[in-house]
Amino acid sequence: MNIDWKGYDASSCYDELVTPKGTVRTHARELLAYLDSLTADEIRERQRAADGAIVEMGITFTVYSEGENIDRAWPYDIIPRIIAAKTWDPVDAGLRQRVQALNLFIADIYGEQKIIRDGVFPAELLADSANFRQECVGVRPPHDVWAHICGSDLIRDHKGRFLVLEDNLRVPSGVSYMMENRVLTKRVFGELLENSSIRPVSDYPTQLFDMLAAISPRPLDYPEVVVLTPGIYNSAYFEHSFLAQHMGAELVEGADLTVGEDDCVYMRTIDGLQRVDVIYRRVDDLFLDPEAFREDSALGVPGLMRAWRAGNVGLANAPGAGVADDKVVYAYVPDFIRYYLDQDPLLPNVETYVCNRAKECDYVLNNLDQLVVKPANESGGYGMLIGPTASKKERNEFARRIRHDPRNYIAQPLIRLSTVPTVIDGQVEPRHVDLRPFILQGDRMYVTPGGLTRVALRKGSTVVNSSQGGGSKDTWILEQD
Amino acid sequence: MLSRAAERVYWMGRYIERAESTARLVGAYNNEIMDLPKSVDASWRSLVDIAGATEPFFGRYQNPDERNVVKFLLADEDNPGSILTSVRAARENVRTTRELLPTEAWEHTNKLYLYVKEQVHQSLARKHRFEFLQTVIFRCQQIAGLLAGTMSYDFSYRFVRMGLELERADMTTRIVDSAVYLLLPRKTAPTEYDNLLWVNVLKSLSAYQMYRQHVIPRVIGDEVVRFLLQDPLFPRSVAHAVAEVEACLRALPRNEAPLRSIARLQRRIKEADTAGMDLEELHEYIDMLQSGINEVHEQIIATWVLVERQPGSPVAG
Repeated sequence: MNIDWKGYDASSCYDELVTPKGTVRTHARELLAYLDSLTADEIRERQRAADGAIVEMGITFTVYSEGENIDRAWPYDIIPRIIAAKTWDPVDAGLRQRVQALNLFIADIYGEQKIIRDGVFPAELLADSANFRQECVGVRPPHDVWAHICGSDLIRDHKGRFLVLEDNLRVPSGVSYMMENRVLTKRVFGELLENSSIRPVSDYPTQLFDMLAAISPRPLDYPEVVVLTPGIYNSAYFEHSFLAQHMGAELVEGADLTVGEDDCVYMRTIDGLQRVDVIYRRVDDLFLDPEAFREDSALGVPGLMRAWRAGNVGLANAPGAGVADDKVVYAYVPDFIRYYLDQDPLLPNVETYVCNRAKECDYVLNNLDQLVVKPANESGGYGMLIGPTASKKERNEFARRIRHDPRNYIAQPLIRLSTVPTVIDGQVEPRHVDLRPFILQGDRMYVTPGGLTRVALRKGSTVVNSSQGGGSKDTWILEQD
Repeated sequence: MLSRAAERVYWMGRYIERAESTARLVGAYNNEIMDLPKSVDASWRSLVDIAGATEPFFGRYQNPDERNVVKFLLADEDNPGSILTSVRAARENVRTTRELLPTEAWEHTNKLYLYVKEQVHQSLARKHRFEFLQTVIFRCQQIAGLLAGTMSYDFSYRFVRMGLELERADMTTRIVDSAVYLLLPRKTAPTEYDNLLWVNVLKSLSAYQMYRQHVIPRVIGDEVVRFLLQDPLFPRSVAHAVAEVEACLRALPRNEAPLRSIARLQRRIKEADTAGMDLEELHEYIDMLQSGINEVHEQIIATWVLVERQPGSPVAG
């Protein structure tokens, strides 16, 4: 298909593959030349083949709608997003730095709280934090690491600069789709992959297993590692099962586990009870242990916190790690990096106004029509105000909420997310994207090359969440000579 | 291996085999009926009885005619033994044990489900029915073959296999019973149609050639019954399927109780003189085998699935 790159609108924000003049960026030359060599019908045919493979491979995510669980096919766009290795490497370094600082912060918060005493982080923010767990104070997990798996959301601004939008430290998901997207691209564009040198993503489960094994309380070569899922109706069940399968770990539900009088965790097997060393839990803190948190939780394991505090089982992420997964705490991460590591942040935040600070709050209230307002503890794009497109009534409602509970809100300028060419009805059009790389920290660190790219399929939209009509792309970190 | 996972893969085996066997049963009965002259009173209702689904059927339909019976056995969402619900249940069990089974097992089970869901309503018409049944049989065999050829013979595999073989034993007794049902009303000396009937039974179990090679070239009712119930070498015979279950049981921990009940069942199979039975006795004997098979099933569940649900004092591992 002779794609008309002149007619492709790459001027209103940063397009990652095409310049504003309509010429192709160097790292995208081969891909776009290849796309040009295909007819429109061939492109449609490849997209159809990919969609068919997704149904047959059963790559799904579950959405709740009108009281029902619906398994939806994973949305995947065949055109990969390419990032040159030399662009990516500083991002990789910035992510390592960031997660290191986050872990030092969490350990400090549940330990001596030096950062508060030194006046770098306000005590009142901690007092109000929804994800601070009193039960975790004084615990020292292996390697002093709390957030073993972090999924940070990155965006690129109008200059193409990578910015951190948020850090997900509770139970971030998406990594299985990152891997399946590569499998799909291999099926659809095999010939292209063969001739380029792209960093592989399939190593993640091995890295994850090694990291989990490194927090085992017993020094075994192959400790018993399990993945704890809330069950088959959870929206990320596909991923829980995928990771268990690729790590060779058991996939368990709360009812499969029990804590003995010796404060060790056991699973019920056909041969009786068997000791469990490490739990990669995909259940939220408050549902983990009905003895410690919500009594009505049927997803958790009574006594699990007891076993963890006694050091008899490894939990990833550690309970309470979510204290740093909060949009207000986010605003302080650059300070953490300076405070704990004595370094300048390599990867900037989006400029953020913290409503807890009176001056910034005034600014936010006076400029609501230009800002995006986010509550501290929501994810998935819920409960947000997008000022420039909101109605006056919505803005007034948010002003009321902010005045009522300033601690709970931050605001950021609306960033025009970068775009990548995307197949829309057989044509190629620019669509906005974000990126979620995954960072592991145990006895050492690992960052996925690239990560999961999510794409907003509606024209002009920046909502990339798959639960709200977003799609995804394979992400290539391309080595160039 | 987790008890819950053991239960799921066991049912996966049962449901895959149930889909295949139901396809075989409907195909066999269909052929049998087509070969019978109009004068013989052959009703589709018997097929419902044979499938052991009389009650659920009449809870949903009034008239046991061909259309309703075939719909009930192939496409009915409320019949736990229909091909559609079997492959859906198999898929659900694989989906929730993907970490234990080869990736391809999931893809093929998923494809089978998608195929059945899409084709089953068309297959109610006779002209598409045979192709549909053949495809279901072939794809179920493909999945069983894939597991046998790519899975370590570990606990997971044994549970899949036990489910499969127990279901197979049960369904073979039902297919033999289907012929007995058709012969019963006459009670006269064998007629020319009897042979045709038994040939169809053999063919439905893909047993025709093996029977002629290993028993006698001529098809004789008594010999067919003996072959399908007692032959130690034919893979779809009850005796063989039960022996396979026994081999799996031996590889599992804490197997005393299930081994006892399978030994009882094997004695019943081995010691029976089926040739000396009239049709009614044969029908009752088959009933007895079915309850023996069910007893083994209950022992399996009691031993490995219903392990103490309350925390006790654990054995250090």
